[in-house]
Amino acid sequence: MLPIPVLEATLFMPEVFLLVSAIILLMLGAFMGSKSALGVTLLSVFSLVLALNIIAPSLGEERVFAFDDLFVRDTFSQYVKLLIMVSAGLVLIIGKAWLRHDHVQKFEFPVLVLFATVGSMVMVSANDLLTLYIGLELSSLALYVLASFDRDNARSSEAGLKYFVLGALASGMMLFGASLVYGYTGSTNFSAIATLFGEDQVGVAHGAIIGMVLITVGFCFKISAVPFHMWTPDVYQGSPTVVTMFFATAPKIAAMAVFIRVLTEPFAEMLPDWQVILQITAILSMAVGAFGAMMQTSIKRLLAYGSIGHIGYALVGVAAGTSEGIKAVLIYLTLYLFMAIGTFGFVLLMRRNGEQVEELTDLAGLAKSRPRPALFMLIMMFSMAGIPPFAGFFGKMFVFLSAIEAGLYTLSIIGVLTSVVAAFYYLKVVKIMYFDEPGEPIDRYIPFVAGVVLMICALVTALFFLYPTPILNAATLAAGSLVGSV
Amino acid sequence: MENILTALIALPVVGATLTYVLGRNIDLGDNFARWSALLTTLATFALSLVMAANFDGSSAEFQFAEKLNWFKGYEIYYHVGIDGISLWMVLLTTFLMPICILCSWESITTRVREFMALFLLLEALVIGVFVSLDLLLFYLFFEAVLIPMYLIIGIWGGQNRIYAAYKFFLYTLAGSVLFLLALLYLYFTFGTTDIPTLMEQAPSLSLEIQKYLWLAMFVSFAVKVPMWPFHTWLPDAHVQAPTAGSVILAGILLKLGGYGFLRFSLPMLPEASHAFADYVFVLSIIAVVYTSLVALVQEDMKKLIAYSSVAHMGFVTIGAFSFNQQGLEGAMIQMVSHGLVSGALFLCVGVIYDRLHTRDIAKYGGVVNVMPYYAATFMVFTMASAGLPGTSGFVGEILVIVGSYQAAAWATVGAATGLVLGAAYMLWLYRRVVFGEITNEEVKHMKDMNVREHLYFVPLIALVLWLGVYPSTISSSLAPSIAKVVEQVKLTPAKVVSAVTQETNAEMGNLPETLPEAETQDEGHE
Repeated sequence: MLPIPVLEATLFMPEVFLLVSAIILLMLGAFMGSKSALGVTLLSVFSLVLALNIIAPSLGEERVFAFDDLFVRDTFSQYVKLLIMVSAGLVLIIGKAWLRHDHVQKFEFPVLVLFATVGSMVMVSANDLLTLYIGLELSSLALYVLASFDRDNARSSEAGLKYFVLGALASGMMLFGASLVYGYTGSTNFSAIATLFGEDQVGVAHGAIIGMVLITVGFCFKISAVPFHMWTPDVYQGSPTVVTMFFATAPKIAAMAVFIRVLTEPFAEMLPDWQVILQITAILSMAVGAFGAMMQTSIKRLLAYGSIGHIGYALVGVAAGTSEGIKAVLIYLTLYLFMAIGTFGFVLLMRRNGEQVEELTDLAGLAKSRPRPALFMLIMMFSMAGIPPFAGFFGKMFVFLSAIEAGLYTLSIIGVLTSVVAAFYYLKVVKIMYFDEPGEPIDRYIPFVAGVVLMICALVTALFFLYPTPILNAATLAAGSLVGSV
Repeated sequence: MENILTALIALPVVGATLTYVLGRNIDLGDNFARWSALLTTLATFALSLVMAANFDGSSAEFQFAEKLNWFKGYEIYYHVGIDGISLWMVLLTTFLMPICILCSWESITTRVREFMALFLLLEALVIGVFVSLDLLLFYLFFEAVLIPMYLIIGIWGGQNRIYAAYKFFLYTLAGSVLFLLALLYLYFTFGTTDIPTLMEQAPSLSLEIQKYLWLAMFVSFAVKVPMWPFHTWLPDAHVQAPTAGSVILAGILLKLGGYGFLRFSLPMLPEASHAFADYVFVLSIIAVVYTSLVALVQEDMKKLIAYSSVAHMGFVTIGAFSFNQQGLEGAMIQMVSHGLVSGALFLCVGVIYDRLHTRDIAKYGGVVNVMPYYAATFMVFTMASAGLPGTSGFVGEILVIVGSYQAAAWATVGAATGLVLGAAYMLWLYRRVVFGEITNEEVKHMKDMNVREHLYFVPLIALVLWLGVYPSTISSSLAPSIAKVVEQVKLTPAKVVSAVTQETNAEMGNLPETLPEAETQDEGHE
């Protein structure tokens, strides 16, 4: 046999590479002090690009296990890692432009983002409840710090603390669930659990079901699905906007992906059980997302509720429990990534004299004073509301298609109706920008790199319908590579 | 010729982009936007005439078809093509657009560039709706229309524009999301969103499923038409929208609903259509009678015409659900005629609104003394709206009545009442605005129509009269397509079976041997 560790280390290459770069950059920052912040950011982006290059060729390759089946590499994991790294990269690039203005230009920021990224990547490649937990904690701990990054701001510290307490609770529940599953099956390995349930003709033990439910609850915390969403608006509002942008994308995408893996691989036999739970959470998330956002006056809180709604739609696809459903979720998350980066990128532009403003009324009459950013936000809002031809519509369409195929008619009907309710507050943003009389205009200044990132997001969102094939193909491959998917 | 439909969609989009992008850089400013929009719409109209000239009116096939890959791995294509039904809808659209641009020439003074660009975009989307032969593509255009219309009402509308814009958007969106689910179900069941294929295969669904799908589609189209009781968004939207917006709403957007019934509900779900036909008649009669009565008491000119639209569209739904050649053809002609007439009526209101800045009927009176040309123009459209023989309004209504009499005599009685009431509110409106003594001092200073206004009324008057005298211009190329729908909606079990077995046959292979074409043309001539 080959010297196994060498072979397996290559499978683990992107994670190791990013981890090592993060540690080196941390050292660099520690020795050179805060003036190295810019350099560290650039180097972080550079290492993300390199890691992307390592990952990209492995898309579509066979499923491989490593380290005694603790770790799995398949197209699903690679594709999700790609998404995570793209979002981390875009956040760092935008962050580079704005952190200086927000007095939080510190070298720790890119390093923490890298750690969170590595944690998320380990998570999506987990093939064991323990690997999963380690990855989750690595990313969560980095995120707690990021939430309170603007430490002189009371809101930011509060966000960090809230996120930490509730996140720790969620991790605890997940760990408890994992221990129950271990107790009833004798294994923490996904493949082993799946085989065991598959062979067990008597049915799944109740204890294991309780374990599954607790793990599900843990995940619902992480993806902020109702009724475990309470932290989201506060944390989104309190954290620096760049950090919020990161929260809305990479960790959610990662948690959603592992959630899917856990449900469809080890717990595939419990499909009837978790399908009920997911349908209820999906309905609640869509409804709370839609109704909760209506009365918000802060754009960050509005978007926080919006993101709860979006998670609800993605969960519709998970609830379908089919390969088609997983594919739909992946498409949804991919498109959501660009929409979320775009909208929060826009929020970053909302400044007066360099200071962030975040009330909806600050946008009044933006179409007159700043037509181009207004047009950009218009596209984003209609896309988020799911109005064709923008990308958000197709995300929803594929999700509902999978739900219809799985026979979840009630869920679909409630889903599309809540999307009408949700359209109301997205329209409200458009209304404020386009119909209201202009107030004091926001700053004209847009950093070049931020402009480029926003441009990319706008193009993906507005023109996805012209050439959907690449994302569709990748999602198809990724969904097909999951074992439990039917 | 092969890409003419794509060109029809693309031309306004290119025009919109140029208007928007170049408009900001060029010193001419607003006038550049106006001219470029006008030229684009005229070019589009010319192109659509070229298309009409090459259209084979004796065939019910979809012509100028194009099919391109769109969603790989899914049976979803970019598939466009037109038959007799869509041909006239497209022509109506391209014809009304330059008129809308002309009528906004002076009345829109703020953010002209955006206004013109949005209108061009709207034109592209509406043409897209009518030429789509793929359900998803159809839905895409159908929904996207909301975006420019929302902005047009919200930015350039009247006092209460924001409420109206929200109501319009959310109402129609709520209707169409259920249509999306029906679409997805059809895709899931038949593995395709190709409209011609679905027309063959969907009738094989069981009645129960057809009923659910039919209801989902019905809500969507009924909101658009709008049918009573889904019409409440319409008066608000019409009243608050700028004149050009009202013209487009009444002239074209309402037709999306009627078109949807003819294109989807009837051919794809024939059994359910029959099962629900009586309910549709009841709702339509309520629409015709009730909204006519409501129109009688309106104080606001635009509101009055808005309610009259609901009543007139009631005829369309009655005709469509008569399931015979006369009724369906009547519905189509009624739609085209209503597009011209109600559009023109809104323009008439716009003309005096631009002068007096009020829509209150009581503020006018005696306009004929100062604006004789205007009075004559308004007269033509009032008569056409009341359904006077010799105008296009008559042809559609009489065909609908003839058609529905064969299907359900009781429904005809209701519809005919509407004709009387229609004459009543239109003539009374005309009397109050145009005749009588001048009571308002300001009316004395109103100037008659200028060259620009004449320019857009003349073609409208000509068309309304032409179609009234010689309707077979439309009906000759319409008849084969209508005959096909009539055939599709017929309840013959054998056909249902054959549709399933002949899946692989050429598209729309089994047309009936005897087209009732000759008969219908006679009907059309009157």
